[in-house]
Amino acid sequence: MTRHITQPRESATFNRSVIAEIQRAAETGIYDIRGWGAKRSLPHFDDLLFLGASMSRYPLEGYRERCGTDIVLGDRNAKYPLHLDTPVTIAGMSFGALSGRAKEALGRGASEVGTSTTTGDGGMTPEERGQSKNLVYQYLPSRYGMNPDDLRKADAIEIVLGQGAKPGGGGMLLGQKITERVAGMRTLPQGVDQRSASRHPDWTGPDDLTIKIAELREITDWEKPIYVKVGATRTYYDVKLAVHAGADVVVVDGMQGGTAATQEVFIEHVGIPTLAAIPQAVQALQELGVHRKVQLIVSGGIRTGADVAKAMALGADAVAIGTAALIALGDNDPRWQEEYEALGTTAGAYDDFQAGRDPAGITTQDPELQLRFDPVEGGRRLANYLRVLTMEAQTIARACGKAHLQHLEPEDLVAITIEAAAMARVPLAGTSWIPGQPGAGL
Amino acid sequence: MDALTPLELDLSTSTLREVNATLHAPDLDADTVVVRHPAGKHSVAVGLTKPISVTIDGHVGYYAAGMNQAADVVINGNAGVGVAENMMSGSVWVKGSASQSAGATAHGGLLVIEGDAAARCGISMKGVDIVVGGSIGHMSAFMAQAGTLVVRGDAGDALGDSIYEARLYVRGTVASLGADCVAKEMGPEHHEQLAALLKAAGHDDDTHEYTRYGSSRTLYHFHVDNASAY
Ligand SMILES: Cc1cc2nc3c(=O)[nH]c(=O)nc-3n(C[C@H](O)[C@H](O)[C@H](O)COP(=O)(O)O)c2cc1C
Repeated sequence: MTRHITQPRESATFNRSVIAEIQRAAETGIYDIRGWGAKRSLPHFDDLLFLGASMSRYPLEGYRERCGTDIVLGDRNAKYPLHLDTPVTIAGMSFGALSGRAKEALGRGASEVGTSTTTGDGGMTPEERGQSKNLVYQYLPSRYGMNPDDLRKADAIEIVLGQGAKPGGGGMLLGQKITERVAGMRTLPQGVDQRSASRHPDWTGPDDLTIKIAELREITDWEKPIYVKVGATRTYYDVKLAVHAGADVVVVDGMQGGTAATQEVFIEHVGIPTLAAIPQAVQALQELGVHRKVQLIVSGGIRTGADVAKAMALGADAVAIGTAALIALGDNDPRWQEEYEALGTTAGAYDDFQAGRDPAGITTQDPELQLRFDPVEGGRRLANYLRVLTMEAQTIARACGKAHLQHLEPEDLVAITIEAAAMARVPLAGTSWIPGQPGAGL
Repeated sequence: MDALTPLELDLSTSTLREVNATLHAPDLDADTVVVRHPAGKHSVAVGLTKPISVTIDGHVGYYAAGMNQAADVVINGNAGVGVAENMMSGSVWVKGSASQSAGATAHGGLLVIEGDAAARCGISMKGVDIVVGGSIGHMSAFMAQAGTLVVRGDAGDALGDSIYEARLYVRGTVASLGADCVAKEMGPEHHEQLAALLKAAGHDDDTHEYTRYGSSRTLYHFHVDNASAY
């Protein structure tokens, strides 16, 4: 006789990680804080494909014909705009979240390929200023370590209104990482669990931002480009307001964007995907007649040259990378597998940047762990990776017949899901259907 | 230029850019400067780096003397939002009253406001000394990290919310204290510090009339039992 055995069935709603989180919450009574960005699956660049050249479009020869990658950022008002050799820039990551050596490596790698790197919540360190040819200085709500001398030393200024991982949230740095040096730079007692402000202390709203930008220009004698960074939410309006306020460059960070320490619930449930944000930003710039005049930098989940090319085809002038840069430096490297396991995780899933116990010595202030990381080697790895991203993007651009990455256009793209088609505002592959757009045909 | 004759700059005939550029010029040949007709303009005398005396003769808008280093700036009038924001050193002296966020995030120097200061006075202050002759508005010294705020009048609601190591001295009443801010004992060193600051601002009040406020440090570490305080 056949015996009918019931297979154990896992719930899609209450899956293992949901159950584990309920158990964790019940045990500790506090929300989960972690690093990295949104881990859920979202409509993303993977859902877009390029239409290479064929009969009606002419490709460029892969190894012979030039495909430019250089960009100029912030030439609207600044005396000294940034001239970069590749549109892939390094996003702001704080000293505090990262070790001084990791910051140095970011500077080294970025400078080697002619791109920029960015400070973060916690001020400018001599290591990164020294190693960065183009350094963007973040101006954040906390103003930790905010020093006019550093402002003048910077090559550009980025006013941070928000981050894709936590639009509307302030920074966090837990006590383990507030060492004497970090505490000193931030004027905080050593070892406190630091919550930084989510609102700027001396201005509120877009009209004030206009005045603030003018002040920063006056202080730095109109020399430096001024960026405004927003987490992707009401992107269309935010970009318009940023431009009106006088931004030279707008940075839009989608919800996949990385963070050093944020509540999990915040990372996964606030903000909109990068893919949805770009067309909104571009539309805002176009309506104001400043697309390509006020440059758009997009970040949040950029991993490959294809992502770079897709972001640019949708209208970005450049991209910024955080998480991928850390991975290139050596974060989540399988060679530390045993130690990841000892921390209850595995190489590829480690996201406890807030805990300061990073086996790879990158997201830590621990004096011993830091020494595991070699800034010269890290810089070389990052430079390699940035070159690959650039070359991959060029490969695609040439296939689309473009002599410069900035010539990529939405017409080069189709979507393979309806969601991506609607968000990116490009047709579903094989159709001319853009959901939500008037006059959509077949 | 003769040190006794101040350099005169006039915002009714020069642009703000011209005035600030003159004040920033490496070859500025004056140690006393008067800026006339500010007429409420924003960002007047911001980003100064030299030990010069600058008198702004009238009312100013936002961020007057912002990020000041080394200079001694006097404002003969009222100041708008964020006067002396992020000052590093030197002094800023407001003869009238100041709007919101006076001395915000300032790391050093002395800010004197003879009149009242509005909301968020000393917000996120990081080492500056502020002396307010009158009263201050709500949410003052929010997240104040270091430095000293002296108030000869009253303080509005939520004084010192989420304060770190800054010291607050208030002579009058405090409408309410913010999270983690408590009244503290005045030791001899506090009386001494307060007297010195009052003196620097031109007052000789009896320091016993003041109450000191500071952090109870209970929110320095995330703890589930504190959830309702946030
Ligand atoms: C470790 C870490 C620290 C960060 N620190 C900051 C910061 O201080 N200021 C900021 O604006 N963004 C910060 N970010 C966000 C990045 O600037 C950027 O927006 C984000 O990493 C881009 O997304 P991606 O990680 O998918 O490339 C941080 C990100 C990471 C991973």
